[in-house]
Amino acid sequence: MTEELDLTGQDSDVGSEEVVLTPAELIERLERAWMNEKFAPELLESKSEIVECVMEQLDHMEENLRRAKKGDLKVSIHRMEMERIRYVLSSYLRCRLMKIEKFFPHILEKEKTLHEGELSSLSPEELVFAKQYMANTETYLKNVALKHMPPNLQTVDLLRSVPKPDLDSYVFLRVKERQENILVEPETDEQRDYVIDLEEGSQHLIRYKTIAPLVASGAVQLI
Amino acid sequence: MFCEKAMELVRELHRAPEGQLPAFNEDGLRQVLEEMKALYEQNQSDVNEVKSGGRSDLIPTIKFRHCSLLRNRRCAVAYLYDRLLRIRALRWEYGSILPNALRFHMSAEEMEWFNHYKKSLATYMRSLGGDEGLDITQDMKPPKSLYIEVRCIKDYGEFEVDDGTSVLLKKNSQHFLPRWKCEQLVRQGVLEHVLS
Repeated sequence: MTEELDLTGQDSDVGSEEVVLTPAELIERLERAWMNEKFAPELLESKSEIVECVMEQLDHMEENLRRAKKGDLKVSIHRMEMERIRYVLSSYLRCRLMKIEKFFPHILEKEKTLHEGELSSLSPEELVFAKQYMANTETYLKNVALKHMPPNLQTVDLLRSVPKPDLDSYVFLRVKERQENILVEPETDEQRDYVIDLEEGSQHLIRYKTIAPLVASGAVQLI
Repeated sequence: MFCEKAMELVRELHRAPEGQLPAFNEDGLRQVLEEMKALYEQNQSDVNEVKSGGRSDLIPTIKFRHCSLLRNRRCAVAYLYDRLLRIRALRWEYGSILPNALRFHMSAEEMEWFNHYKKSLATYMRSLGGDEGLDITQDMKPPKSLYIEVRCIKDYGEFEVDDGTSVLLKKNSQHFLPRWKCEQLVRQGVLEHVLS
């Protein structure tokens, strides 16, 4: 639907890949990132390029609508489209913020120990937000309680007190690229690990930990 | 028994349904801290007895008091942290300005935490691109319809709609207007969404 608008001369560059996406493809990528983020128990890789491009897209659409003839039926429909896109984008960013707040000590610890070539799961702005959240909470706890406690009890290790994301939780997924020989680890001592193949287009209910790297690579889609 | 007061704090929050913020139990927290101080001082003197007087029979008592100290701390921090989570939820529910009733239930330090959180969130939202960024505390539900039925709660005056015509927003008048035009006014409390 968005292609009907006058979008000549608008190309979306996605990061260093120099891929040019049509608006429809961009929105599809946003929806896929949104669903993955919603259903994954941990914070996924930051997709700032998609966020930036979608924001640009929304601006363009707003521009076009302002220039359009008033009372035109198409205006209402495009408005609706814009509202839907804005909802998906907001929901995606909200989901990320909630996870950042929930697991902040672990996420910040991971940021500190990023290895070569590993991608950050936080955008620069999210990193600032996370650090501020941590500082705010630590300062509060210290001033209200901890500094009034006996000297040997004044520090609380947030890494131990704040729960970690449960990577063993089960997720639904659809396979986009065929995978072979995925090792499924046993849950109990009586079970043994076994190997499965994931056929393209098939759907599964599986422990997140087993397929976490496949979500990151795009080989599976959480549903 | 030790840690009674600390348990009471935790129970108080456990009883409060999700989203509700009971008044800050300053007295309760103070009592927990006082108990911790007393336990610590008793332990200090007993540890000295063990070291100088060889009273190793005191060691179990010392350990027991230490466990109580840890439990007190855990309960106190859990109480404070859970309240912070509830306060955080208030920002998303009510916006940046909290209703007075809730503010009275918050301690001064909690208010300060809330203000820092607000600012942090605002900075983040502004950074999202475009001129003013993106207010992600809006659009909480998927949009269902283009037009919504609204009732006017306060006198507002003339309001221009898309096709050039304007509507007079007088108190208690009802209108069928485009959703995106009304959102701002609904947030400000001028209009009220009528759900039939």
